[in-house]
Amino acid sequence: MRFRRLWAVVFKEFLQISRDTRVLVMAFAVPVGMLILFGYAVTLDINNLPLGVYDQDNSQESRGLVTSLMRSGYFSVESYADSYQGLLSLIEKGKIKIALVIPYDFSKKIKSGEKVEVQTILDGSDANTATIGAGYLTGALQLYSLKITQTEIKPPIDGKIRVWYNEELKSKNYIIPGLIAVIMMIIGTLLTSLVIAREWERGTMEQLIATPIRSSELIFGKLVPYFLIGMIDLLLAVLLGKLIFKIPFRGSFLLMFLVSGIFLIGALGVGMFISILAKSQQLAYQMAMVTTFLPGFILSGFIFPIFSMPAFLRVITHIVPARYYIRILQGIFLKGDGFAVLKLEILLLSLFALIMLGIANLIFKKRLQD
Amino acid sequence: MLETFDLLKKFDALTAIENLSFKIEKGEMVGLVGPDGAGKTTLMRILSAIMAPTSGTGTVAGFDIVKEAEKLKAKIGYMPQRFGLYEDLTVQENLDFFSEVYQLSKDTKKEKYEEVFRFSQLEPFKNFLAGNLSGGMKQKLALSCVLLHTPEILLLDEPTRGVDPISRRDFWSILFEQQKRGMTIFISTSYMDEAERCQKVAFLDQGRLIAYEPPLQLKQRMKGVLFELVSEKSREARSFLEKDEEVMNVSLFGEKVHFTLKDEKILEGLKVKLLNAGIEILSLNKIEPSLEDIFISLKQAGEED
Repeated sequence: MRFRRLWAVVFKEFLQISRDTRVLVMAFAVPVGMLILFGYAVTLDINNLPLGVYDQDNSQESRGLVTSLMRSGYFSVESYADSYQGLLSLIEKGKIKIALVIPYDFSKKIKSGEKVEVQTILDGSDANTATIGAGYLTGALQLYSLKITQTEIKPPIDGKIRVWYNEELKSKNYIIPGLIAVIMMIIGTLLTSLVIAREWERGTMEQLIATPIRSSELIFGKLVPYFLIGMIDLLLAVLLGKLIFKIPFRGSFLLMFLVSGIFLIGALGVGMFISILAKSQQLAYQMAMVTTFLPGFILSGFIFPIFSMPAFLRVITHIVPARYYIRILQGIFLKGDGFAVLKLEILLLSLFALIMLGIANLIFKKRLQD
Repeated sequence: MLETFDLLKKFDALTAIENLSFKIEKGEMVGLVGPDGAGKTTLMRILSAIMAPTSGTGTVAGFDIVKEAEKLKAKIGYMPQRFGLYEDLTVQENLDFFSEVYQLSKDTKKEKYEEVFRFSQLEPFKNFLAGNLSGGMKQKLALSCVLLHTPEILLLDEPTRGVDPISRRDFWSILFEQQKRGMTIFISTSYMDEAERCQKVAFLDQGRLIAYEPPLQLKQRMKGVLFELVSEKSREARSFLEKDEEVMNVSLFGEKVHFTLKDEKILEGLKVKLLNAGIEILSLNKIEPSLEDIFISLKQAGEED
């Protein structure tokens, strides 16, 4: 490999990238847009769940219960109904997700120390929200009981729950590290899948393969600019995550950049491999979407937990490199994991990168296909 | 400088190049002609070592076209039929890229840039994107890029296709200048006037080399006497002449019909026959055969075998 020819390709690619708005948008605007979108809009936490109340008692105690629910921040009281029917129609219209019926003898029973039941109705058409809402409501009711009885309930087994690493259980704290992995995959695979295919499509490859340039110089020369773009995106994502979304970062920056570099090389290798096979940009793009981008989203554990997948899918996730990378990123960001803890994942990613680069180098032929 | 032995190239059932053996001496300029689909581009690609032949061997600039492909590539200047430079790079950036790929020294680079800018007259356009150049300028730029490393042989695949006449003339004057300095040139073309300027013409038809000699010699090979008939009813004249057994190689060029007779004496009788058939004759003269006429006659002779 001659450094001069390699550098000539690197320089040429940079010039071309700088003049291609489509690539620039894909390289910088899409990742930043995704981070902002996911960081703000796509939250898996529930706030301000619309609540409807039918307060039959209308006493100091019952109003106190509603106020304490509102103060929790999880609920917002959308409307008060004056009949059971009214409450149900609110659910039907979709105005409220959760309905609370406070019985007429609520304050009386509390004062006499009797056990009192409040009825809650959940709109189960959105199962996820309903489950989480029910959990919040149970907690909030317990809290309120505690407050009014002023005595601690002493159940035989008391689970003292402490959450580690993501103490507030904020979903963006694990979404953003996962998203970084997805972004690295877009840059690595989608963008590079086009680079070789583009030269075939435009007819420039025929001129290029008639020169003494080596395959490795061409392939590595094309990877370097995209590697740099990927690393810039990583830096942008980490800064955005820390400064705007206040994601904790507890591990080593150096380790994160090192591992991300390894993962990126693997992703670039996949893109290159696809690009060499496809020879047309459209086909390359589709292949990249299907073989890396979608599995990266669905099978990496980014959105859907791997342990709740059926067994055969769980097996497949083991060959999705993003799975290991996401685990590493979440580890570094939230737990402050060091090299010793992550060495198996790092080893697997390194292997993957080496294999992909090797394959891309092997299958690229400076020959026209018959 | 270039030699092939029994070169064969098959694409599935189709034979693109059939047992081709020929030779080009150092300093020669050879034109490659033939109808579309004759195998001209395939031959150029095989000689540039970017496509492997199915069988047969060959050497270009002293290197084997299969076993020493990479060494060969350093010695040739190949211009593909389709523009192969980067349209989103400027003229200067394209030149820079290729001079880096060929690893030219700083001094050589300077010297070569001066040279190519002198003959291509592209210097005022050096900061233009290659994609914004005219067809003729693009081809001059492409030629410049493949001349940077001072190749021993140029393999040019229809470089003047679709280029205006003035740019074509400029392009050829560059080629002649290169030849004067000892460059070997193998150029395919669909323009007969261009082929006539070469020292030798190779005529390829359906993958077979059916003629390979100097243009003058080729013309002498033509049997019989060639006539040109001009008539408003040229199409009817053609079908009429094709039916006549004494007439050979009839071909139509607009309102002109070219045909060959074994003997000039039968012309008078033919004139009468044409008039009787209602075909008015605007003119009918004996003409010197062009290369085009010769290839048509060679092709037809080949098909009759």
